[in-house]
Amino acid sequence: MDLTYTAEERDFRARLREWLAKTLPELPARPSPDDWPGRRAYDLGWQRRLYEAGYAGLHWPVDAGGRGATPTQHLIFLEETERAGAPYVGANFVGLLHAGPTIAAEGTAGQRARWLPPVLRGDEVWCQGFSEPDAGSDLASLRTRAVRDGDHYVITGSKIWTSHAEVADWCELLVRTQPVSAEVPKHRGISWLAMPMDAPGVTVRPLRTLAGSTEFAEVFLDEVRVPVANRVGAENDGWRVTMVTLSFERGTAFVGEVVACRRTLGGLARTAKANGRWDDPVLRRRLGRLYGEFGALWRLTQWNVSESERSGGVPGIGGSVFKLAYSHARQELYDVAAEVLGAASLSLDEEWTLERLSSLSYTIAAGTSQIQRNIVAERILGLPKGR
Amino acid sequence: MDFQPTEEQRDLRAGVRDLLEGRYGREALRASVDSGPAVDRGLWRELGAAGFFALRIPESEGGVGLGLPEAAVVFEEAGRALVPGPLVATHLAAGVVPGAAAGTAVVTAFDLGGDLVAYLAEADAVLGADGLPDGEPVRAADPLTPLHRVRRRGGAAAPGDGPAQGSAYVSEGALLTAALQVGSALRTVELAVRYAGEREQFGQPIGAFQAVKHSCAQMLVRAEVARTAVYAAAVTGEPGEVAAAKLLADEAAVRGARDCLQVYGGMGFTWEADVHLHLKRAWVRAEQWRTAAEAEELLAAELLDSAELPDPAG
Repeated sequence: MDLTYTAEERDFRARLREWLAKTLPELPARPSPDDWPGRRAYDLGWQRRLYEAGYAGLHWPVDAGGRGATPTQHLIFLEETERAGAPYVGANFVGLLHAGPTIAAEGTAGQRARWLPPVLRGDEVWCQGFSEPDAGSDLASLRTRAVRDGDHYVITGSKIWTSHAEVADWCELLVRTQPVSAEVPKHRGISWLAMPMDAPGVTVRPLRTLAGSTEFAEVFLDEVRVPVANRVGAENDGWRVTMVTLSFERGTAFVGEVVACRRTLGGLARTAKANGRWDDPVLRRRLGRLYGEFGALWRLTQWNVSESERSGGVPGIGGSVFKLAYSHARQELYDVAAEVLGAASLSLDEEWTLERLSSLSYTIAAGTSQIQRNIVAERILGLPKGR
Repeated sequence: MDFQPTEEQRDLRAGVRDLLEGRYGREALRASVDSGPAVDRGLWRELGAAGFFALRIPESEGGVGLGLPEAAVVFEEAGRALVPGPLVATHLAAGVVPGAAAGTAVVTAFDLGGDLVAYLAEADAVLGADGLPDGEPVRAADPLTPLHRVRRRGGAAAPGDGPAQGSAYVSEGALLTAALQVGSALRTVELAVRYAGEREQFGQPIGAFQAVKHSCAQMLVRAEVARTAVYAAAVTGEPGEVAAAKLLADEAAVRGARDCLQVYGGMGFTWEADVHLHLKRAWVRAEQWRTAAEAEELLAAELLDSAELPDPAG
């Protein structure tokens, strides 16, 4: 059990810090949250700078145009960019973390050459068309149909919770290419397609969240024609192809956020000290506990990253353990923030109030806490599946 | 960075588990619950011979020459097996109190708040105190942690002064006690999962019901977070990390035993099931060396200190 970094890792961190210190002051002003074209341009501009400095696709394999960095280097990258206040991955999220890695693992040479370089260079934005109104936690029951017509699929259906749909060039789309029947279970018969978002028949309707902003959208598909050549992996093998994507998550999903939460705790302590709430032992002890919990969550991140490094980059199922602990700790953090602020927490001008609202999605998005507990209980603890 | 156990640490764990399963398995545990003694001198000497107490004494001084991370691994196994006795105090006394390192002496400590001392009748010495104080026996909640109430004596360290306040013992004592708690927490997950897989109601194992399996999943989440905190604290030795480790491990052990008891249903409320032994011992350990209130206050103070410094990377 060694928590010290190697000379190579320290050198990587030092060079990154130097680059961030030089580069961040050159960035343009951040666009407003509702300015989607502005957000797209800003996020792609940041990706372009990463590309030019050699940090794009850090965790991607070298033969896919990535840097082949170790999980620990990726951890350092995420930790340092968050500490320095660098832009988030933003509109590049699906391209860099889901669609890109899937194409790298399962795509043909031609597909990799077409789609990967624009993601790394910051030229194209991807969104994700997985969930449907009637296929949420039970994703495999999705019903969007794709019917072969010559060398095209004709697609009809609808998708939901699609982030960045308004500004995306491509959508990684899961469709049903074979109906469910006695012979075909729901996990079969699904295919993975790259759909151009400007294809006729694609309609995007933004969804307003409880925080008031439009962070994602519904996507309606009405006889959209997508070339068969845009299918990654075999027909009806899309479920497995999609699960391959998940194996690119190497315990680093929430690194930046844990760093940010620890900084928020510092801000809460300063504010509580200034407004007198620090003298309340109940509140003070809750803050102390959260400080301990987020410290432990940081260590758990390092633990998971080391585990994935030892297994050659394959993540353990410890990700579910981490997500369960982290998502609840994050909600507690912003509930405590509201206690520190008192009635001022009712004002949307307070940064922590918006964070409190957005924290409510953490126990739902990317697998609800209930689904995560099923995964922990069935896959780690070996408890039987329910009937 | 390689924050995973080394080959040697894995072997050490396996060796200690083998030793304890052979020497203090379930039958031995139940025998000591029913008829004592709380501290088996023979077992104590065997633990001493295996290096349990001399683990961190340098090899040049006759010890095993290992560090806190290895001690955490070893104590986790002892917590899992519910080995009774002042394991932490005797380990801390190795090299200080004659006989502690070899396990020929039993050393307790004023590690509880108030005026209670554990294992006073069994002990040859109290860590950091001159001689053994007089005490009145108290009926103890944990059948394997006998308690005495002692009166303050002029000059000597006494329970009311806290666990050898201000000494280096407190942090290490808290850390090793946290490791015991993690072992117990992980053991109660195993017990709950096994029971939930075997016990059938409504025509299926109760572990197939989400209300039960989700409770088991949360037990594991708490235990895994606490375990990582204990290992990290053992590696860094930083007071804040030790406080966090104790806080999270106490909670993982106490709540783990409570949840396990609930999974066991009526059986969990019986003397026969081992669940109550885990719960009662977890309650004892939660009061030792560093309570939740103390840990949270220590962490709050550290948070405020760090918040008032400029962010080194910012």
